Formats: sequence, C-alpha cells, structure tokens
Amino acid sequence: MLRALSLVLTLALCLALPAHRAMAQQTGPLQALLQTHADEVASPGRQSVGPLIADLVASGLPQVPDFLNRWSDRDLVQDEATGLFYYDGTPPVDVDTGAPVRLDRASLSAVRPNGGVRRVISTALVQFQLSDPDIAARSAALDAIARAPEPDQLAPLRASLASETDPALRARKEQLVGMLAARFGANSDDRVAAIAALSGALSVEVRAVLNQILTTSPGVAETLPPEVNVARVLQVGDDIPIQDAYARLVDAGRAPPAQDRDQIKAALTANVAGGEVGGVPVGALDSETDRLRAYAALAEAGAAPPLVTQDTIEAALASHVFYEAYAEPDTAVTDAARAALDEVEQRVFFNQMLDLTLDALSLASIYFLAAIGLAITFGVMGVINMAHGEFIMMGAYTGYVVQQIIPDYTLSLIVALPLAFAVTFAAGVAMERLVIRWLYHRPLETLLATFGISIALQQLAKNIFGTQARPLTSPAWLDGAWVLNDVVSIANIRIAIFVLALIFLALILFILNKTRVGLEVRAVTQNPGMAASMGINPDKINMLTFGLGSGIAGIAGVAIGLYAKVTSEMGADYIVQSFMTVVVGGVGNVWGTLAGAALIGILQKGIEYFNPSNTLAAQTYMILFIILFIQFRPKGIVALKGRAAGD
Amino acid sequence: MKPQSFLSQNRSALWFLLSLTVFALIVTVLSDAMGNGMISTSFVKTLGKTLCLMLVAIAMDVVWGYTGILSLGHMAFFGLGGYMIGMWLMYARTEIIVTESLRAAAIPPTPQEIHDSVGTQIFGVVGSSEFPAIWLFAHSFWLQIAMVVLVPGVLALVFGWLAFRSRVTGVYLSILTQAMTLALSLYLFQNEAGLRGNNGLSGLQNLPGLEDLPQATLSLAFFWASAVALGAGYVLFAWVVSGKMGSVIRGIRDNESRVRFLGYHVESYKLFVFTLTGIVAGIAGALYYPQAGIINPNEVAPIASIYLAVWVAIGGRGRLYGAALGAALVSLLSSWFTSGGAPDIPLGFYTLHWTDWWLVLLGVSFVAVTLLAPKGIGGLFDLLGHRHPVPERVGDFGPDKGARRTVEGEEER
Amino acid sequence: MIEMMKLSGVAAAALACAGAVSAQETECPIKVGVLHSLSGTMAISETTLKDTMLMLIEKQNAAGGLLGCELEAVVKDPASDWPLFAEKARELISNDEVDVTFGSWTSSSRKAVLPVLEELNALYFYPVQYEGEESSKNVFYTGAAPNQQAIPAVDYFLDELGVEKFALLGTDYVYPRTTNNILESYLTSKGIAAEDIFVNYTPFGQSDWSTIVSDVVALGEDGKQVGVISTINGDANIGFYKELAAANVSADDIPVVAFSVGEEELSGLDTSNLVGHLAAWNYFMTADTPENAAFIDEWHAFIGDDSRVTNDPMEAHYIGFNMWVQAVEAAGTTDVDAVRENMWGLEFPNLTGGMAVMGTNHHLSKPVLIGEIRADGQFDIISQTEPVAGDAWTDFLPESAPLVSDWKELDCGMYNTETSTCVQTKSNY
Repeated sequence: MLRALSLVLTLALCLALPAHRAMAQQTGPLQALLQTHADEVASPGRQSVGPLIADLVASGLPQVPDFLNRWSDRDLVQDEATGLFYYDGTPPVDVDTGAPVRLDRASLSAVRPNGGVRRVISTALVQFQLSDPDIAARSAALDAIARAPEPDQLAPLRASLASETDPALRARKEQLVGMLAARFGANSDDRVAAIAALSGALSVEVRAVLNQILTTSPGVAETLPPEVNVARVLQVGDDIPIQDAYARLVDAGRAPPAQDRDQIKAALTANVAGGEVGGVPVGALDSETDRLRAYAALAEAGAAPPLVTQDTIEAALASHVFYEAYAEPDTAVTDAARAALDEVEQRVFFNQMLDLTLDALSLASIYFLAAIGLAITFGVMGVINMAHGEFIMMGAYTGYVVQQIIPDYTLSLIVALPLAFAVTFAAGVAMERLVIRWLYHRPLETLLATFGISIALQQLAKNIFGTQARPLTSPAWLDGAWVLNDVVSIANIRIAIFVLALIFLALILFILNKTRVGLEVRAVTQNPGMAASMGINPDKINMLTFGLGSGIAGIAGVAIGLYAKVTSEMGADYIVQSFMTVVVGGVGNVWGTLAGAALIGILQKGIEYFNPSNTLAAQTYMILFIILFIQFRPKGIVALKGRAAGD
Repeated sequence: MKPQSFLSQNRSALWFLLSLTVFALIVTVLSDAMGNGMISTSFVKTLGKTLCLMLVAIAMDVVWGYTGILSLGHMAFFGLGGYMIGMWLMYARTEIIVTESLRAAAIPPTPQEIHDSVGTQIFGVVGSSEFPAIWLFAHSFWLQIAMVVLVPGVLALVFGWLAFRSRVTGVYLSILTQAMTLALSLYLFQNEAGLRGNNGLSGLQNLPGLEDLPQATLSLAFFWASAVALGAGYVLFAWVVSGKMGSVIRGIRDNESRVRFLGYHVESYKLFVFTLTGIVAGIAGALYYPQAGIINPNEVAPIASIYLAVWVAIGGRGRLYGAALGAALVSLLSSWFTSGGAPDIPLGFYTLHWTDWWLVLLGVSFVAVTLLAPKGIGGLFDLLGHRHPVPERVGDFGPDKGARRTVEGEEER
Repeated sequence: MIEMMKLSGVAAAALACAGAVSAQETECPIKVGVLHSLSGTMAISETTLKDTMLMLIEKQNAAGGLLGCELEAVVKDPASDWPLFAEKARELISNDEVDVTFGSWTSSSRKAVLPVLEELNALYFYPVQYEGEESSKNVFYTGAAPNQQAIPAVDYFLDELGVEKFALLGTDYVYPRTTNNILESYLTSKGIAAEDIFVNYTPFGQSDWSTIVSDVVALGEDGKQVGVISTINGDANIGFYKELAAANVSADDIPVVAFSVGEEELSGLDTSNLVGHLAAWNYFMTADTPENAAFIDEWHAFIGDDSRVTNDPMEAHYIGFNMWVQAVEAAGTTDVDAVRENMWGLEFPNLTGGMAVMGTNHHLSKPVLIGEIRADGQFDIISQTEPVAGDAWTDFLPESAPLVSDWKELDCGMYNTETSTCVQTKSNY
C-alpha cells in the first residue's frame, strides 16, 4: 500500500518537474547545463560523474571553476520543488549571476558530493588552478595531481612553471614535473633521465611513481616468451609455493585442477549407489586411504575426473616456467626505475630506522615520565606505592577540570601543570601522614594498604567523573607533527613529553644532589636513625619526599592525558610497567630509572618492528626479558654500590 | 616436650573440616537439586566457586603468611588450571556436536575430518581453524587432567627456581611475580597463543556427555567436589605448616639468613612451598572455571592476584582458617554489593548506591585492617579463645623469640 | 471410585485454573534486565545504552506500563569483563527472574552470555553491529550483520573512493577477527590481491598508535589508493584518531571508515582534524525525520543535557525494546517462547525513515547509511540504501555460504541447505 502510494507520488513528481523547469527557463547557461544532468549533480557518483564534468569543462563558461569549487565544498543546495541549484547562504544565491534569490529555505536540500567525487572534481579543477593567483588554489591543484597523476597534466604543469613566483610551490611543481615525466615522458631517454633524477627522493609519492613503472604481472609459459619484459623468473618451491604454482597452471588452463579432500568427498557422495561407492561399502569410507581407493575406482569407471597425484603435479610444474613480467615494455626504463627504487628504498630503510628510534625514545620518555615519581617514592624511599597510578590519574583529571573552567587551551595547560602538582602533592602528603608513616617497617603491607587506596581512588574517580573517557585537548601548537622528511616524523605532543621528561630528570637530579633537602632525603633514606641524630627531622623529610614523588606523578598525568586519554583506569595501565622500569633500572637511582625506561622503550619498539601485526607480543616478550634480566642482575642496570646500597 | 598428635597441634583443622561438612550438608539439603529450592542453582554455583577461592586463599596463606613470600602471581596458576580443564571441556563438547552433525552426511567422517571441524568450530571466533600445538592432549580427559597439575607445577617450579636461586626477595619478588602473571595474561591475550585470545574458553559449564543432567545436579556435584578439595587442601597445608617443616618455613619468613646459617637449604624449602601451592591453585582453578563457565586472560591479570592477597590479609595471615574466611567473606560480600543486593542509603542530598561505593568501602576497610588490625578477621578468634595478643613485630627479632611454635595462630613467648 | 473421579476433577479444574492464571496474569512488575558495562574499557560506549534503556522503560511506564504491570529495570555492571557478563546474566535470569535482558556491546561479551541464555532459555536483545556467523534462538540481533554494514561500506570504498589497497585495523577479539575474515574473502572476490590487504590487531585500550599509523601511511608507496577499515573498539579509538590527526592524514589521502565509532565515541575528541573520515551505521543523529527529532528531544529531556548525542546502538535498543513491547502485548504474556514467536515479522518505524522488520533469523532489516565526520562531531549522511535484510551467515565465506537460519520454519539457527540438515540448535561459544 505504502509502496504504491510512493510510486504514485514519484510519478506525479516526475510529471510535475518538467513543468517547473519550463517555468524556470529564465535561468543562466550554467543552471541550464546543470539541469540537463540534475540527478548527477544532486547525488554524484565517482564513476558516473565523468560526463557531467567533461560537459562543464567543455562549456567553457567562466562560472565553471567557481561552481566546481563550491560544489566540492558542499556549498550547493537544490530546491526540491523546482530542481534548480543555488549556492547556499542566507539568502541563497544564483549559480550564474551570484544574485540573491528569495526562496523558502525549508525546501532546500544540501548537495553532498562524497570524497571520491570531490577528488574527481579537484582533478578537473587542476587546469584552472595551476596559474591561479591564489596560492591555496595552486597548492590544491598540485595536491590533486599528486593524488591522481594523469598524462595530460604534464604539459600544463610544465607551462605553469615559468610563471610560478612562490619558491616552495615552484619546487613542488618541479618535483611533480619530474614524477610525471618519469611515468608519461615522451621517449625512453626522457623518462630514464627523469627517473634518475628521482632517485634522490624519499617520499611516498616518488616511491609510488617508481613502483607503478615497475608494476608486474605473473605469467606462466612453457618457455620464456621473448617479447615480454621479464622482471624475474620464479623458482617453484623457493619463490612460489608448489600449491600456488599449480593453481596458476590450473588458472591458465594448462593443467587439470587438483582435487582436495572436500571435492573427493563430494564426488563420492554423488556416486553412492546401493550402499557402496566404487566397490567400497559406504560404512568403510571413514579413512583417507579407503576414500582414495573408492575414488580411484570411480575415476576408472569414468564417473569422476582422474585423481591428480603428487607426481602429475610435479611433472606439470617441471615443464613450465613461472615468471613475473613488467607491464612497461621498455627495458631501459624498468632497469633505471629498478636501480632508482633500490637506492630510494635503502634510504627509506635508514630513515625508517631513524623513525623507529624516535618512536622508541618517545615511548621511553612516556615510561620514564610515568615512572619518575616512583623512582623517588619507591627507588629512593623504598615505599611501594600501588596508588601511584591513581596519582597520575588525579593529575590528568585536574587537567580536565581546569580545561572545563578555562577554555583557552594554552592558558589552561599553564594553570593545570602546577595545579596538578599541587593536588597530587597534597594527596601524597596526606597519604604519607595517614597511612604509610605507620608502615615503614612493613614494606609488604604498604603495598597492600596503598592498593586499597588505589581501588578506592579509582572508584571515587568513577563516581565523580563517570566512566567515560574525558577529553583533555592539547593546545593548537602541540597539534600536528614535526616532519623531518616523508618517512621520519614525530607528533609534537610526543616531543613535548620528551622535553618534559628531560626537564624532570634535570630537576630531580638537581634537587637530590645539589640542594639541602636532597642531602637530607638521601641521609634519611640511608639511615633514618643517624639522620635524626644529625638534627634532620625524618618525618618531615619523608613527607616532603613522598609529596614530591606524587606531585611529579600528577604532572605526568597531565602529559599522558594529553597524548592518550583520561579515564579512571589510566593509572592501572601504567603501574606495573612503571614498577618494572624502576626495578630494571636499579632501585635508588634516578639514572637507573632513565636507563630502565630507555631499555624498555627501545626493546618494545624493536620487537614490534619484527612483528608489526602483534603489539601484544612485544609487550609479552619485553616482560619475559625483564624477568630474566632481573635473575641475572637482581639489582638492575645501575646498581648502587657500597654504603648507599644499604645491605 | 612430648610429641603432639597432628590434630591436637592443629585443632583448627578438625573444626574447619567439621564446619565445612555441616555447611555442605546444609547447602545440599536446601538446594534445588534436592527439590527444596531454598538455595537457587546459581547461588550453589557461587558457593562452589567460593570454596575454590578459599582453597587458593589457603595456598596463598602458606606462601605468604607462613613462608613470607608475597606472591602476586598465584592467580596465574589458578587460571592455568582453569585453562587446562577448559581445553578438554571445549574439545570434548564440540567433538560430540560435530560428530552428531557429520553423521548426518552420506559418507561417514574420517577422524581427520572430525578433528578439523572441531577446530573450525572452536577457533572460528578468532578467524582460524587450525589446532595449535598446545591442544595436543585436549582430546584426552586424563592427559588434560595431568596437565592441570603439571602446567602450573612446572611453571611454579621453573619460575621459583630462577627467582629463589638469584635470591630475589621481599618486594622485588612480589614485583617479579606480578610481572610473571602480567606476561602470562598478555601472552594469553594474543591470538597466537592458541587459546582464543581475549575471548577465552567458554561454555565450560556444559559437561560433555552429561547434557541431560540438569545444571542443578551438576552444580551441586561441583560444589561437593570443591568442598572435598578444600578439606583435603586444608589438611595438606595444615600438615605442611606443622612440625619441623613448619618451623623452618616460619623461620624463613622471619629471618631467612639465620635459617640459612643454621644449615637449612632455604631455596629448596621455598621452592617446595611455592610449587606445591602453585599446583593446589591450579587444581582449585580447574574446579572453579567449569562452575564459572568461561575463562579469559583477564582472569590472570595482576589485579586478580592482588585481590587474593587482599583476601588473605583481611582474613588474617599465618592461620589457614583466617585466609579461608577472608576469601569467603570478601568475595561473597563483593558479589552481594556489586549485584545491587545491598539497599541504597538515602542521605537526603545524595543517595549512596552501594554498587558505586562498595569498592571505596573495600579499599578503605582494607587500609584500616592493615593499619589497625594486622591480624585480620582471624584475630577475632583470639578474642574468643582468650588468647594473648601478639606483640607488634618491629625491628629485628632477638634470639629469644624464635619462629618455632607449637600452638597455631600464636607466637611462642 | 466416584470420590476419586471427583477428586481428579477438582484437581484438573484447579490445574486449569492455575494455567489460566499464569497465562493471563503475568507477575508484576515485569522486570527488564540491563547488562551493559558501566566501567572498564567498554564503558565509553555502553553507559549510554544503559541510560537509553532506562529512558525507554520510563517512557513505557508513563504510557501505562505493559499488560497492566509496571516495568522495572534491573541494572548490572559487568565491568567490561567477559566472565562477569556470564555471571551477571545468570544472576539476572535466575535470581532476579527478569523477563528479558538488553545488553552487551562486544561480541566476546555476547558469546560469554550465550551459553547461559541457551541453558536457561532466556531472551536477550543485542543492539550492536556484529560479525554474524551466529543465530541463537534466545537472542534478537537488532544491530547490523556484516551485509548491513561492513560489506556496503567496502563497496563504497571500492566504487566511490576507488580504494585499491586496504588496511584492516581492529581490536583483537571476535568481531574484528571474523569481520576481517569476511572482508578479506569479499575483497579477494572483488579482485584485490592478498598482498594489498594489510591486517593488524591491537589489544583493547591500545594507546600507542604512532608506529601503526606510519605503517599505514607507508602502504601508499606503490601508488595505490589506500583506505583503512577500522574495527577498533572502545576507548582505543581516542588514541588512534589523535595519532591520525597528528600525522596529518587527511580523508582525501587515506580515508578511514569505522564500524565502531559513532557520535558517542567522537564526543570525547576534537574532530576538526578528522573531517571527511567515514563511518557506516544504520543510524546517524543527523537523520532528518520527525521520529528522530522526537527521539533526540526525549533523550535530551531524560538525560538533562542538550549536548548529549544519540547513536546507532541506541536506535537498535529503541527498535528492539518497542518490538519486544509489541510482542509481549500480542502474546499477552512475557513467556519467552510466546514472545519469540510473536517477534517474527514485527514491524517498527526506523528513526531514519521506513520500517524495520524482524526476520525469522532474528535479524532486522534496516537501511545502511554512510556518513562523513564533520567538524562538530556529527556525521554528514552521504549515502543511504534501501532496507537490507540482515544475513546471519555470510555468503562470502565458503563454510558459511550454505548455512541459513530460520527459527520459524526450520526451527534451526544453523541449517545447512546443501545437506538439508540442522547442524546444531545451540550456538558456538
């Protein structure tokens, strides 16, 4: 019923539309052109939009570039009643004249070309934009070329080189000319020269150009055909598995398909007659050998294709040669491309290593930042604080709350860092006073008591802030990445964390080694009784030290929240890792923690590199390594010696 | 001093076994399986699971309360035991289903076909169909039962040997055991480990071949099996911690070096206790997970082992019944509070939902127990029995206070 | 003898009476279980669904309840922990005696609950898009099956964006594993070579994405258009999108289509750098229908916050709950078997227009929408299909192609059409 109704409605609309169009005959040439493709303009598809764009470009109307731009930017609306197109705005404007139109906005529906269509549009726009006075338009044109290189872009691009004033864009244009020339150059020499010039580059685009020149397709023949440009000949068994090779033969129609277990079973099932198949009773077909026997009998009788045995497969493979052939027929070009690509790839490899090192350093600095507070409370004071992770979380939530109050991200960050320190410092001092002080002689029980605090704090955070992850947005100047080249880049926020970690390292080393408080801290941790006799108040020093360690955790929390997420469970993600960082590095020494974090970060990224599709494996093996490492160096990388070791 | 009999030295064992039997009988009589329906099947399951947790808590008490090794990894052995039995349960149940459905085909299946389809059914959820090597014994009940004991045992033995050999003690050992259980859980989380990664093994409550038996009967059977295991475990550990062996391990707890100087091979004692408790934890896990129905790597995450330590601490270290009570009390209370069993408290301006505040209460009470009542719930029994409070242990022990004792739950003065 | 006959007659009458009573008068109140994680890594997605259920129940009560009874929500928190899902489901069904349960987000949690449901014959509504390959007698799947989300999205990638090389990134659990398996098989059938499909799995809550993002960028080195299909779940998405934005990967270079990221997940993010990336769902908040406007208003009124968003699984619960209400009214009881039979063929209006129909394979027929992320965290709907019937067993994997599910005619969720046998009536866990 409903369907019928909608059918009627559609019909009525169809009938009505031409009438409207007729009424709107007073429209400009572009509108008229658009109306001939109205459906395509309203809901374009990447594969079907071509004729429309070709028509638009061919019309030579001056409004076309502007129209394409605004269409692509989703600035176009369609009046549902008349089917006419307008540019969006209050009021909407006519596509031809730019004059405002009085229309009911409710009847307008937005036209939204999808990403694929927008790419087609931007390719079409290239010719209008290459010499556009607006730099942004020129740069958009170059991006479009880079995304979808076409042979016919080469000439206009070359032509636009001369008039280019912006040095950066000029360089980019030259690069693109080189890339286009390598692929679509007029003759072999031109292309080889262009390819040779590309070998110094590193970018994904250049690699794409070279790889596309070097596209291969698999082939199989009895002898190598002389006319193809062979990339390499494949050795069956080494370069290509036997099964795959045979499958290629089958695909090429040069061998009968081999039967697998299911096919044999299907053939047997199809030929069950009188409780037996090929003379074998059905009940006996529960083993492979009996099934093969029955199948052989079937094949003999002609009821099934003969069994392809291992011998026939090997014979077929031996009489054929498998190869990969370049799509490009010119050997000179492919040789040059191969040489250039090898050179590029070698450089890419080195840069990837560099990138990996940067990632590893960044991970190490995150671990270090998470663990450095612990290095003080656990490493120096020997207090196991399982709630350390929750101090990190408190810091991150402090950052979140500050951001709710102060909307300016930079300012809020400046406020949040010291505030997070203050909040967690206070929390640390309170915890030391109320709980840890009573347990200095019972380190294992400190572990459990602080664990109790940890679960209580986690749940409190859930009750206050909810269980959802909360946004902690970094200021704009921390967005984006520091791009060294096309391979090596690192997010700014990670650099900031790295710098923050370095600052803390310096700060803590300074406090511990160069200040009076540091001296007292070291004295109290080595021998509280003796320190007390020397006029140091161990209670006060312990309190301050613990507060310091906790406060640093708070700042780390802000940093970690900026880079990852703020949830009530974020602390738990870092706590075990942090303890291991401290233990591996060597307790009682900030340098040790640094070494531990570096070891863990580099190791984890290293393992990840060899097994990129399994991040967990890296973590697992890293922990196993740590367990073994502690067996052989129980005191960690940087072990304290002499009296400082304490035992 | 005249030799004392085992039971007179461990009066608590007798009482414990007695109360356990009475408890089990009461539960049986009131259960659904007996047609009484006072205790629902799911609560029988909860009680059965609690008994398993009590067993692993006792094991933990022997390691921590008696030997002084705060292991934060014993739930790893518990989980491994569960995985081992789970592999057989999944394999056998799936095999029955597969054989049934393949029998419908025109041609009888080959053993290889059955094996392959079982693989497809089990590993379909992780997008694979191949049996990993560790499933080698999964087809056989007895071999897999052997694995329940062997796998946790061997892991405990190897890990313990490595750790004790290099004299890692105290807090470092705790962190090391925590690293072990973290590594295990991360390993199991990987699909490559061959135990269905994050999904774990599920449907374990359906015993293969016993589909017709109602869950009420099954859960009661598991309840009894857990009770028997708990009783046996209690007697076993009571025996381990009594007599000369008990003196040595308590000595190790109080001062390892002195015991070593006395000529005892401390590492062997520690290794024995660590491995034995690991095995018992594995058995407890093998009984627990068929009642829970599902096991996944989260179960061996470090937090589980920390909770185990929490139970023992709340129950009271250094006495087996304390650990058992602590585990029962905290885990039952936890499930009561988190399932919304406790009534909300309206405070006028704010309504206190226990589901939200239970963990806060648990955490705070845990701190309170550690600070104010280090002897835990077990300490209450001292009040009952008019025992003298044990002086706070601070600093080194002099030669006058040895670790030997003849009466449970009390240091000799 | 006569005495006895009398007696038996009385007994029979009493029995009949009891039967009638139990058929007509359902025990009040009718309890509705809600089993969504309110803590842990999935809380980001699931907490909202709990609130949605509370809203729907409140609304139903305001409209006079059901069968003359008040509805009562029983909420449990399984804390993103699969074993806890099984335990809480058992509690709900056997202790709280709920009549129906709405719950789960991840497939792992659904698989954990399944054996309990099938053992106790309970009714469960699962509101999230999932990997298919399952049809339980006790579960109604109101989210999308692969052919209602993943396959259309891949078609869009192939046809509209011209993607030639695919990176399938997922969290390591059932849904991404199975979906990616189906997609790999589908892509191969569309002529994409195996080496042009890059698959990567990360653990729940993954936060270090830099290496993976740079690996994906490097995929473009052979000049093919790269597209990312993301089945990353929960709060790991935050780190992933932050890293994408930091690496300046624009949707024009490498489009990302996500199957688990909706309005709710994006609300924790600054989306200005993510404009143009895609998501495929059966519902977007920007859908322009009066039903949707009313639903959003109700939601804002209930939650007391006009900035809260709506998303696809909320619509699924909305449809599922209302269908259940209709089925209970039709059956006159909350009895599981009666309600199930009344569910088949029920229709209820989608929030995106048109009618959702519950099939006998326990899947809905719904339209598929593809949206592009806007700077305000909402989606521009750029493609909407006709309603597609959910297919429990995908046609793109050889082993499940011959399988169908039909609980009405075949009384089987896993029926092999080649051998004409019911493979099994219970599900694989």
